[in-house]
Amino acid sequence: MTLTRLLTSAALALGLATGATAQDKTKVGFIYVGPIGDGGWTYEHDKGRLAVEEHFGDAVETVYQESVPEGADAARAITQMALQGADLIFTTSFGFMEPTLEVAKKFPNVKFEHATGYKTLPNVSTYSARFYEGRAVQGHIAGEMTESNTIGYIASYPIPEVIRGINSAYLHAKKVNPDVEFKIIWAYTWFDPAKEADAAQALIEQGADVILQHTDSTAPQAAAEKAGDVITFGQASDMAEYAPFPRVSSIIDNWAPYYIDRTQAVIDGTWESQQVWHGIDEGMVKIGEITDAVPADVKADALALKETMAAGEYHPFTGPINRQDGSAWLAEGEIADDGTLLGMDFYVEGISGQIPN
Amino acid sequence: MGAIDPALLLAALVVAATPILLAALGELVVERAGVLNLGVEGMMITGAICGFAVAVNTGSPAIGFVAAAAGGAVLALLFALLTQLALANQVASGLALTLFGLGLSSLLGQGYVGIKPPPTPRLDLGPLSDIPFLGRVVFSHDLMVYLALALVAAIWAMLKYTRAGLILRAVGENHDAAHALGYRVVRVRVLAILFGGACAGLGGAYISLIRVPQWTEGMTAGAGWIALALVVFASWKAGRVLLGAWLFGGVTVLQLNLQAAGLAIPVEYLSMSPYLITILVLVIMSADKSRAPASLGRIFHASQ
Repeated sequence: MTLTRLLTSAALALGLATGATAQDKTKVGFIYVGPIGDGGWTYEHDKGRLAVEEHFGDAVETVYQESVPEGADAARAITQMALQGADLIFTTSFGFMEPTLEVAKKFPNVKFEHATGYKTLPNVSTYSARFYEGRAVQGHIAGEMTESNTIGYIASYPIPEVIRGINSAYLHAKKVNPDVEFKIIWAYTWFDPAKEADAAQALIEQGADVILQHTDSTAPQAAAEKAGDVITFGQASDMAEYAPFPRVSSIIDNWAPYYIDRTQAVIDGTWESQQVWHGIDEGMVKIGEITDAVPADVKADALALKETMAAGEYHPFTGPINRQDGSAWLAEGEIADDGTLLGMDFYVEGISGQIPN
Repeated sequence: MGAIDPALLLAALVVAATPILLAALGELVVERAGVLNLGVEGMMITGAICGFAVAVNTGSPAIGFVAAAAGGAVLALLFALLTQLALANQVASGLALTLFGLGLSSLLGQGYVGIKPPPTPRLDLGPLSDIPFLGRVVFSHDLMVYLALALVAAIWAMLKYTRAGLILRAVGENHDAAHALGYRVVRVRVLAILFGGACAGLGGAYISLIRVPQWTEGMTAGAGWIALALVVFASWKAGRVLLGAWLFGGVTVLQLNLQAAGLAIPVEYLSMSPYLITILVLVIMSADKSRAPASLGRIFHASQ
């Protein structure tokens, strides 16, 4: 009897002790769409998570789940994380939008941050980067570098984010090379190295000598390297292991400062729902080193373009720009508003093919 | 449409089909022995990293492929121990094997991200490779492609004409009868499972060493599940597995090429076409009397 009571009280004390430490620590969760070793999108989000751990040390505990499929299963993964006591959960793919909102309604005390979406709640923020600024630099270099005037683009899903990237790259390639043509493949996946490699291969066989990608793995880089005379750009991550050739530059997503900010806000109790869209200016989008495979004057022009965007002097979507069907979108000197950009569902004039619905 | 070179397309088809072909052939033998191993994805990805790591360290893709087969077989051995000796449930063990393989491979692969494997040379067939069209389509692949094709013929002949094939089928159709005749059911099944693991491992390494070629976590991305489905739709016949793999690989590559060529077919239809066409063709073909091995998935113990 005494023994049982002793054990019970010991267990209770232990329970209280762990309960107390759990309350001290802020728990931050991350839901990833791919594996952290993808070398691209998820890899960079995880670098942000590690930066949070390093910045806050013992004050913060982070948890993550990788390779969560978009759709119904995501809701289960997010719910599980909320039940485990996470105070703040970052869901890092567009397709997690509805599951995030659904779970957020059930856990009003947990804060949610959804990447690249557009729907918010009092406890759901959205955040994204103006990747199209980086795409402008890519398009510029691609237009200058292509000899076949054919640029291959591996797109993932037909969402505004991806369409914006295609339009921005095309406009800036066209600006320096009026003969340029885009061949676009919709892979319908964020991460499938074999399929991405096949897509790159198909584009190369169709005459593309520049490959741009909006999928997450480094497989297209490997395919370009195998082909020998095709250039690529790192996507989401620097992908420097393929520099200086075929990878001649990259768009790097830098999430760490934002993740640290928002974790701090939760700790301070100042967290509020917001919609954030940062670009080169705020450092959320970075341009990876432009290698020597690019001629010096092209490199200088590309860097100048980057500077004007960082300084706010130039917006990649500045008129005159027509829609694909020839109707006017932006008048001379007019700048696209964020609302249109966030919901972009049309190609600009000159791109052939249709956007899948 | 005119921009698509049929020779290049057919050559790409073979490359795209080989990984699932190898994995499906292995699973075919396993299932014909009456065992359902759902761990193909796990064994493939383990083979992918084992082959990649060894090829990088030795500089020889050939040794890499041997290591990939060994890696897949070792993982399969775990499944064999669980299901044949410990008599665990095959479905649960197979699913666990996939999860374990995915985790193990990302652990093993941590030092190998961003490294380039040694190139696997195309087999030099001399003047044969110079024949227009045929040379590019048939005679200019790497050794693994031909090995996979030889395997199709060997498995078909083994199952149809040899005593070993008869025993394997007997074990898969009615393990009690096979046992009563004095055949060692467990031994036959363990060997089949090991063979299946080795084949899946080779298929995985084909992705990491030739098709992509690089190591990325989770890079098989569901190829193992497609191989599994293929075995069922191919009615457990080696020839149809080959047909299914080529159809699937072919339509996958074709739809990407059609997109790149700017053909005016809605992309949604193109994207679903590999699955749809493969299933359709194989289902129509399996309208004959073919059926699953009768003892498939059933646990055997000599005392029963």
